[in-house]
Amino acid sequence: MFESLQNKLKVVFEKLATRGRLTEQDVDAALREVRLALLEADVNYKVVKDLVGRVKERAVGVEVMKSLTPAQQVVKIVHEELLKTLGEPSRLNLSGPAPHVVMLVGLQGSGKTTTAAKLALNLRKGNKRALLVAADTYRPAAITQIEVLGKQIDIPVFSEGTQVPPPEITSHALRRAREGAYDVMIIDTAGRLQISEALMGELERIKALVKPQEILLVADAMTGQEAVNVAQGFHERVGLTGLILTKVDGDARGGAAISMREVTGVPIKFLGVGEKSDALEPFHPDRLASRILGMGDMLTLIERAGETMDRSDAERMGRKLVKGEFNLEDFLKQLQEIKKMGPLTQILEMIPGMGRLTQEMAPETTDKQLCTIEAIISSMTREERRNPRVLNGSRKRRVARGSGTTVQDINDLLDQFRQMQRMMKQLGSGGRGMRGLMDMLR
Amino acid sequence: MALFRKTPDERAEGQAKIEASLTKTRQGLFGRISALFQANELTDETWEELEELLIQADLGIDTALRVVERLRTRVHRENIKREDEVRAALADELTRLLTHPAMTSIEEPRRLSVILIVGVNGSGKTTSIAKLAQYYKRRGKRVVLAAADTFRAAAIDQIKIWGERIGVEVIAQAPGADPGAVVYDAIRASQESRQAELLIIDTAGRLHTKYNLMKELEKMRGVCARQVHDAPHETLLVLDATTGQNAISQAKHFKEAAQVTGLILAKLDSTAKGGIVFAIEEELGLPVRFVGTGEKPDDFAEFDPRAFVNGLLDIGY
Ligand SMILES: Nc1nc2c(ncn2[C@@H]2O[C@H](COP(=O)(O)OP(=O)(O)O)[C@@H](O)[C@H]2O)c(=O)[nH]1
Ligand SMILES: Nc1nc2c(ncn2[C@@H]2O[C@H](COP(=O)(O)OP(=O)(O)O)[C@@H](O)[C@H]2O)c(=O)[nH]1
Ligand SMILES: [Mg+2]
Ligand SMILES: [Mg+2]
Repeated sequence: MFESLQNKLKVVFEKLATRGRLTEQDVDAALREVRLALLEADVNYKVVKDLVGRVKERAVGVEVMKSLTPAQQVVKIVHEELLKTLGEPSRLNLSGPAPHVVMLVGLQGSGKTTTAAKLALNLRKGNKRALLVAADTYRPAAITQIEVLGKQIDIPVFSEGTQVPPPEITSHALRRAREGAYDVMIIDTAGRLQISEALMGELERIKALVKPQEILLVADAMTGQEAVNVAQGFHERVGLTGLILTKVDGDARGGAAISMREVTGVPIKFLGVGEKSDALEPFHPDRLASRILGMGDMLTLIERAGETMDRSDAERMGRKLVKGEFNLEDFLKQLQEIKKMGPLTQILEMIPGMGRLTQEMAPETTDKQLCTIEAIISSMTREERRNPRVLNGSRKRRVARGSGTTVQDINDLLDQFRQMQRMMKQLGSGGRGMRGLMDMLR
Repeated sequence: MALFRKTPDERAEGQAKIEASLTKTRQGLFGRISALFQANELTDETWEELEELLIQADLGIDTALRVVERLRTRVHRENIKREDEVRAALADELTRLLTHPAMTSIEEPRRLSVILIVGVNGSGKTTSIAKLAQYYKRRGKRVVLAAADTFRAAAIDQIKIWGERIGVEVIAQAPGADPGAVVYDAIRASQESRQAELLIIDTAGRLHTKYNLMKELEKMRGVCARQVHDAPHETLLVLDATTGQNAISQAKHFKEAAQVTGLILAKLDSTAKGGIVFAIEEELGLPVRFVGTGEKPDDFAEFDPRAFVNGLLDIGY
């Protein structure tokens, strides 16, 4: 569905490949595609409008750099503007005397409770003692949930059941945090709509009582156009100090981050990348910007690929991939190339749509396994590599002997390969992903 | 079957819930639509602004463009001038995107019907199950719930609390148990000791991109099918109304892996409009069955396309 932005821009710029400066007309044409890409990524309409305006101002008249195509030049400017909007990563503010109070707020189901546990664990890694505070008295079993999480990671949880009003709970908790000499107390609040008068009032009361140093909006990366109003609503009522984007482990492009940054101006502090308590990552603006543009972490990847891969080889491989003609021989070659570029999982994560491949392959196909795969394929005849279907029982036994593996290993590899082939084909027909990559390499 | 026929009162109540949740924010996007059409002339800008409003309701660019194009052609062809007529035509174009075959499969005569509930993390599955259970209970069904989210912390406690509140039995095992085993148990219990007519299965939230977790859903379906003919009879994807374009990807993957038959659109009481359901219906043919309009079991209604579109466009009855 999403055609690679690069791809579309290439078409736009094909006719002017030789000209030196970007004219208004060229830029307009390119920005139409940029606008679509951003809207598809859920960046708010108005935010897109502003951003496109800024890019236009900068891009018209710009001399196209020698090393770049005009398409790349525009994308570069867009990328830079996105980076500016996303801002610098920022850590938790733990200045001043302890205990520091961190309050998590957000819509229902955005990931507050999970994130509270993640932050506590993260703080412990920096030798800070955290106290979790169960201040969601509304959602059924919310308190049990945070207690269970606390137990799992061995972090104490302060709770007073569901009958005490949350503001009181938090001020009691603060007393406990002081007595217990905790460094940080993390308040898990109930999910609420930013338009709920009563519940927003409750947050204001908590804020007045325990004066949180950090009030972090926990927001789902899948959020759509409303992200602006949600962020603005919370910001106006309680004054946010930062954002945490959750569920980034999925395939959402995460344009909501841009929207929320634009209306609040507060920094993005962390990304949630899984359900487990250790699945919290620092925020990398460049990665998120590329993801929003639908490019994966292309810029980095291109640099590395350029260093190691033979271009015409890569191009040929890309075409085969997309057509599903990719065979085991190509696979072997690719593996050898990829190994030069760095750890496989890291490489795949940089390609849009491929992040999920790492989940599908892990933990079976880690780098260690690459060597096994290499050994297996190396033990095959040329015919077998080109057409794995000929691998019958006796051939498989021979390959297993040759590579020091088992027939089960061979079967697993063939299964995985078929699955990968299918996925590559899908990616290819989806337009994004590998094809985008191969275009860039051209 | 008479049990299932809705009284006019019930229908009106459902419609009112849907509209109220969509229009309760007067900052409303669509309050602006009437202003838009009240302008003397429909210019290019009017259409562009309409497109903008639709995109801001999460309809997505493609759907928004198509709707505007169709409306534009129609206004031209039928020489529509009056503001209320333009608005009605727009409502009509939007409503037409939402076919609405009734969900009859649960009402078919059969000893035990099974509904499987799936969706990404935190979308509102467990709460929607409580609502659904109450909905069918009020319609005279003996309902049992299966606590097959054995993964998320306190998920079992959560559904048990709901079961108690609405007076419906919950079949559960310990945290970490195999969800397939829970489903197996729940079906046995429903068929034997509980004599239930409807079993609703809660599942752990999972991002649609996680291959192994999606496979797990297939396994659970297998357990259902082996024990009850044609089960699960409905598989409903719970979608958070605040979700943007990613909802299409969710629907696509869940449909593929779990043969989803329809949607529950939760959190419609938020300021988001849930406009992505137009694209999902159009691209994947998945109809919305129910909407969630709050955190209580009563905040629930059968989906009504007219009411949904009217709420979206701020048109009262
Ligand atoms: N995949 C994934 N799931 C998450 C992440 N953060 C939270 N969740 C899940 O989202 C759901 C809602 O999270 P919860 O913390 O209960 O949200 P709350 O209602 O805001 O407190 C749970 O199923 C969590 O496991 C994340 O970063 N990735
Ligand atoms: N405002 C509102 N909140 C809802 C609705 N449905 C569910 N929620 C809330 O969303 C959060 C996650 O719901 P839950 O049912 O636990 O989601 P699950 O993780 O998909 O099972 C909880 O705080 C619910 O109270 C709804 O229709 N409206
Ligand atoms: Mg919570
Ligand atoms: Mg649940």
